[in-house]
Amino acid sequence: MTDLTADVFVAGGGPAGAWAAIKAAEAGASVVLADKGYLGTSGATASGGTGVWYVEPDPAAREAAMASRESLGGHLADRDWMARVLDQTYANMREIAEISRYPFPEDADGRQIRRGLQGPEYMRRMRVRVRRSGVRILDHSPVTELLADASGAVAGAAGHRLRADEPFRVRAGAVVLATGGCAFLSKALGCDVNTGDGALFAAEAGAELSGMEFSNAYAIAPAFTSVTKTAFYSFATFYHQDGSVLEGAGSRRGRSVIARTLLREPVLCRIDRATEDERRAMRLAQPNFFLPFDRQGIDPFRDLFPVTLLAEGTVRGTGGIRIAGNDCSTSVPGLFAAGDAATRELICGGFTGGGSHNSAWAMSSGTWAGQGAARYAAGLGGRAGTRTVRALGEAGIRPSRADGSGPGHREVVAAVQAQVLPYDKNYLRHGDRLAPALDVLDAAWRDLRATLRADGADGVRARSAAAMAAHARWMYRAALARTETRGMHKREDRPGQDPAQHHRLVTGGLDEVWNRPETPVPAVAS
Amino acid sequence: MIEIVSRERCIACDKCIEVCPTNVFDRGADGIPVLTRRDDCQTCFMCEAYCPVDALFVDPRSHPLPAPPDERALARDGSLGAYRRQIGWGRGRTPGAKLAVGPALDRSTGPLTS
Repeated sequence: MTDLTADVFVAGGGPAGAWAAIKAAEAGASVVLADKGYLGTSGATASGGTGVWYVEPDPAAREAAMASRESLGGHLADRDWMARVLDQTYANMREIAEISRYPFPEDADGRQIRRGLQGPEYMRRMRVRVRRSGVRILDHSPVTELLADASGAVAGAAGHRLRADEPFRVRAGAVVLATGGCAFLSKALGCDVNTGDGALFAAEAGAELSGMEFSNAYAIAPAFTSVTKTAFYSFATFYHQDGSVLEGAGSRRGRSVIARTLLREPVLCRIDRATEDERRAMRLAQPNFFLPFDRQGIDPFRDLFPVTLLAEGTVRGTGGIRIAGNDCSTSVPGLFAAGDAATRELICGGFTGGGSHNSAWAMSSGTWAGQGAARYAAGLGGRAGTRTVRALGEAGIRPSRADGSGPGHREVVAAVQAQVLPYDKNYLRHGDRLAPALDVLDAAWRDLRATLRADGADGVRARSAAAMAAHARWMYRAALARTETRGMHKREDRPGQDPAQHHRLVTGGLDEVWNRPETPVPAVAS
Repeated sequence: MIEIVSRERCIACDKCIEVCPTNVFDRGADGIPVLTRRDDCQTCFMCEAYCPVDALFVDPRSHPLPAPPDERALARDGSLGAYRRQIGWGRGRTPGAKLAVGPALDRSTGPLTS
């Protein structure tokens, strides 16, 4: 068993976790970071690449950037948070350029263009910086539960080291959850490590979630592949199998047309609205976009190819752990949240539409959570490693009736996927379909809560299965409670926006899931 | 999904074992990685990007092919190591990030990068 103590423990090694670890260390904390996979390749950013919500500090440009998304997000974002994130992102991108020496492209005047990051390059350099900050990294070490002290304050975490096949425990003054969103093992690019584990840990510690109804993001990918790079499909035309144009289909406004059509028949695509120059630029900007085409002998600019939509749940949705303070603290003492594990409603309300806000949020919230956790740990005055701790894990690790008679983690995952992946349940939402889906999920939860348990590496899978089941229930409970259409949450049976529901929805609970409107109503300039 | 670990090219450096985010590989008795948990492969191409000798091939389909593709044919047409070449990793190459300026997606926002 690996048994460590630290001022700050960070769960997750994507961009948010990496920034949290660096900033906690810079604030003087001793830091341990554990990732389910490998800091550098793990998560939605590393294998992809992302635009960044990076805006020059010019008041008019900043104002336009903030105003542009307010309506799309259903007016649930917060101007103060947007302004803070724009400031922090601007500063962090400068650090990426100057400290990590990221090779940004340059414009004709030799000025760096800092509006995007290629995933492998960005995260390789972040790993170097995390190590140089003196952070101890545990790769292939999924966290399975949080630890708390006698008062209920979070005091560390425990998990399993997959390569050594042995448990680990880190007692810490404060914990940052940066475990990503939940994409339900849909094979969306890089997202299979994102099974919503952090939200489950947070809920077990008593934290709240917010925006869980904004959890129905789906990305376009060539059929049978993982490459969910939707942006370039704005140059595409979509077709029926007979070659006629699929009217109304598009990557932005018309994605639901694609979903509706895919329920009945294949949808074909061709990137036929890009000029030669644009085609060349696409290859330079996103080499991985072309891997499915090059390796299957498809010319995407000339040939028709079938597409699919892969669920991205709360990775590209905006729901997650509710943030209670400017330092990305949660409502539980000692627990902080950052990146996609946290709600992104503060900066984009109920819609992101792409990675740029999420990447800005990851680096900003990671920075604040790391600094906040370091401050909190320092406030304990050296008691961090000496507190008596208890483990908080329940579903999938400490079942209420451990007779081993119930379904295994594979059955649980399949049961959850059957309710959250289908387009006619999650994407094209209707109360008549959400309610029975939630009933099935509630029953699955009762079963797994009673009996699901496994050891070692399988124990990690059991916890991820439980986390996905919990996530799905929070999503659909919130989706049923929001009896209107707002942001990405579109109800076929409630097509209009209801001014009386202009508030965020807070969700929580495990055996009994609840929700309530957040008060006060976010201040919004319209 | 990962289809090929080239026995000819592999130098048994363990890099793919270390970096795979879903822990697909184990070290075989002879040092060549084996695909112990291949079903967990998420088709993210990261092992290919990190392999210093272009010994790996990930097919873009996220399910296993009925039979692995022909390694010699992939070597001949430059498919082995293509992703690493495209992102500009490896000695003497220009990082792809340096050239990553995409087309404007929308006339109001200027060029997209990554």
